[in-house]
Amino acid sequence: MERKPKINEFQVNCETGNYHTFCPISCVAWLYQKIEDSFFLVIGTKTCGYFLQNALGVMIFAEPRYAMAELEEGDISAQLNDYEELKRLSIKIKTDRNPSIFVWIGTCTTEIIKMDLEGIAPRLELEIGVPIVVARANGLDYAFTQGEDTVLAAMAHRCPNLPKLEERGVVLFGSISEQSTKHLSLELEKQGVKVIGWLPAKNYAELPNLGPNTYICGVNPYLSRTATTLMRRRKCKLIAAPFPIGPDGTKAWIQKICKVFDIQPKNLDEREKMVWQTLKPYLDIVKGKSVVLMGDNLLELSLARFLIKCGMTVYEIGLPYLDPRYQNEELNLLYKTCIEMNVRLPHIIEKPDNYNQIERIQDLQPDLVITGMAQANPLEAQGITTKWSVEFTFSQIHGFMHAKDVLELVTRPMRRKLLLHETYTKKIDQTNNVPKLFVV
Amino acid sequence: MKLAYWMYLGPAHIGTLRVTCSFRNVHAIMHAPLGDDYFNVMRSMLERKREFTPVTTSVVDRHVLARGSQQKVIHNITRKGKEETPDLVILTPTCTSSILQEDLQNFVEQASFDSKMDILLADVNHYRVNELQAADKTLLQIVQFYLSQTRIQSSIIKKTLNPSVNIIGALNLSFHVQHDIAELKRLLADLNIEVNLIIPEGASVNDLQRLPQAWCNIVPYREVGLQTAQYLEKQFEMPFVTTTPIGTVGTAAFIREIGQILQSLEAPFFNYESYIQRQTRFISQATWFSHSIDCQNLTGKQAVVFGDATHAAALTKILALEMGIHVLFAGTFCRNESDWFYEEVRDFCDEVVISDDHNLIGDLIAKLEPSAIFGTQMERHVGKRLNIPCAVISTPVHIQNFPLSYRPFLGYEGANQIMDLIYNSFTLGMEDHLLELFSGHDTKSIGSKSLTDSEIWSLDAQAELSKIPGFVRGKIKRKTEKFAQEAGIRTITVEVMYAAREAVMS
Repeated sequence: MERKPKINEFQVNCETGNYHTFCPISCVAWLYQKIEDSFFLVIGTKTCGYFLQNALGVMIFAEPRYAMAELEEGDISAQLNDYEELKRLSIKIKTDRNPSIFVWIGTCTTEIIKMDLEGIAPRLELEIGVPIVVARANGLDYAFTQGEDTVLAAMAHRCPNLPKLEERGVVLFGSISEQSTKHLSLELEKQGVKVIGWLPAKNYAELPNLGPNTYICGVNPYLSRTATTLMRRRKCKLIAAPFPIGPDGTKAWIQKICKVFDIQPKNLDEREKMVWQTLKPYLDIVKGKSVVLMGDNLLELSLARFLIKCGMTVYEIGLPYLDPRYQNEELNLLYKTCIEMNVRLPHIIEKPDNYNQIERIQDLQPDLVITGMAQANPLEAQGITTKWSVEFTFSQIHGFMHAKDVLELVTRPMRRKLLLHETYTKKIDQTNNVPKLFVV
Repeated sequence: MKLAYWMYLGPAHIGTLRVTCSFRNVHAIMHAPLGDDYFNVMRSMLERKREFTPVTTSVVDRHVLARGSQQKVIHNITRKGKEETPDLVILTPTCTSSILQEDLQNFVEQASFDSKMDILLADVNHYRVNELQAADKTLLQIVQFYLSQTRIQSSIIKKTLNPSVNIIGALNLSFHVQHDIAELKRLLADLNIEVNLIIPEGASVNDLQRLPQAWCNIVPYREVGLQTAQYLEKQFEMPFVTTTPIGTVGTAAFIREIGQILQSLEAPFFNYESYIQRQTRFISQATWFSHSIDCQNLTGKQAVVFGDATHAAALTKILALEMGIHVLFAGTFCRNESDWFYEEVRDFCDEVVISDDHNLIGDLIAKLEPSAIFGTQMERHVGKRLNIPCAVISTPVHIQNFPLSYRPFLGYEGANQIMDLIYNSFTLGMEDHLLELFSGHDTKSIGSKSLTDSEIWSLDAQAELSKIPGFVRGKIKRKTEKFAQEAGIRTITVEVMYAAREAVMS
């Protein structure tokens, strides 16, 4: 069955899915820091552990609140009892670290050997007295940031029921830094929209109350499972909106939420305009430049839309997975932005094939390729400027406040090229840049 | 199940990929889920490779779980054959494919029908072997494949005219390997020995048939290449050298061993002994440096060593034998090398530790409080926490351990490098004295900050403690506290400090 976004003008193709991305278990990296009283136990093999150790670099030396439950041959061949093994490890962690909540991350291996984590967790939870949430963030089904989606979807079941009949406001979902959550909450509250809470919250006990008719809205483009769970299981009402990335996205996001609450947003256009003005130096660099997003973290649609608005031409948007319903408003805004900026609609490629993409990149010779680290150095060696895509996941990019940070990242490789080029070609007789000499 | 935060050795497939990527024009196809191709990132970032890493994944997803890989793997192999025309494709199983138990050998055979290139299934079991063992095994597998394929034509067994050797076991993502190979080549050139082949780094699989033409084989690193050398000995009667040429003593032993082999094969006369003497005494600086008066300060200094078997054993010997440093423990995470390792270091350290538990090693270091640590990146972080200097001597390593400048560990230049590394890890001699004489650099800033937490220190004793040089102050504080605790003393006075000092010294 062919899935098409609502705007059928977009050319959406699906390739082989042979692309480089992070394993979704990488979500523990930012989630354990976000949820301060949690402990993440990744139940998998040496392969998973090796990935985490290498991908997270220095973080592992700071006594992280995550660990591997490394499966050995006895676990695979069911000579050991899963329940007893998990109990042993969980009790040890409880004694050492005393978390308020365990998050068990199921991996490819637990999936294949059909370890019944969802069955074991409630029993063990009763026995050890610590809530256990199970998320299947495995590479068989998901890519990179979708790991967060599986964790938040599982956590949505743990949000307490709304005690009162109705509280008028919105629950936001998506794990972003404390600073960014405050910033976005404040922007909404300025318009008179009450932010009831966030999923996830800083602490397990602070998870927001949910009930039928609670309005919810996502801040990240990769949270479709969480949205679905909140709608179907908790009967919440989803406010479909573009994502608050870039000043254009942030404005549209606020507008859409205000509309639901029948609020006429105040000073929003001026606010956006002011942000664009502060971006001016960056816009001068990116204007007219072309970019290809190879795709690995599902932020691609929102980033491309913002970059087009900045005056760039986007040739191709690769992305691991396109949920045309959850991303519908983002697609609409992308379409509108292309018309407004008078550029051709970018080619959207779901499950891209890196080999084909590199052939296309070699033909197109774009000014910038946003890609993973596996391809970045080889592309640079071919003279193609690259930006390492994972940085967008690990940086603050949401809201008016961080629009600048996005462009800081996007322009950095271009500025660096310019800098190195200038240094090499600088003429000795240039007088305006001569340093002052002090002999004291 | 094992609770783990950190591991010294990667999974088996990493070893296989390190071997395949080291060869020229060999492509690996991993049978793995999305995201398991993290090896490409490591190779591209740590080694800063300019070319794309020749590893593709045949993705295992839900469909593969439900229906098996069917044509998918075969299609991916043949596709890669057309796109990149490699000489050899290695199908690499992972932990995931290990439990799926698909008949990957069958895919290899089917793909072989309509491909010109060679195709092999890496014969490694994720749950039985680690990264280094898998690398060793895969290298053997490839060598065996190409040497059996030729069916022993007499032409290939003909030895080279001049004495020559193969260097076996140089891999991508190894510790300082590029520099080591350059240094080894230089050493061999000095000895009038030709290098026949270096495998796998930079070699073509089509060259492998020339392996038996060498007079003997060199395995510089114990962990990878030994099986291949043993196979070549059995099959082609090729002797091999496994002595690691690290340190002046190690290098001399290495040269003597090669010399003996070549002489027994009636090589033209070369005075190995005079070469060793000249290098050790006059050309290399390492031996002279350690005899120079500046190094007297290192007398009785204590160190611990931990790393892979090759590097940890070599460093232990250098520290004890060449630098006169007291090695409290020498350890390795290569469990399968424990017997060899014990024999190598037994005369040069107090204790031998075989473990892959980083917590245990960390605790041991904290307990022993050496003046310097020689270990992996993990021990470097332990050192940081305990304020003990650490030099990195073995994988696992970070990007800063892939230096751009020439930094061999092997041979005579390697000995110089290691000497610098060791010397710089300890506090410099003069500085050491001056600190003791003038009570440290930073007497002002301490006092309140570091001492208020322990109420058992009297004011006098606190003042006395502040006079002790910063880099040993923590150690003396802890030892004194321990002494007081054991003696049931509530308040530490200056007298107690002196008593503790005497007790510890005696």
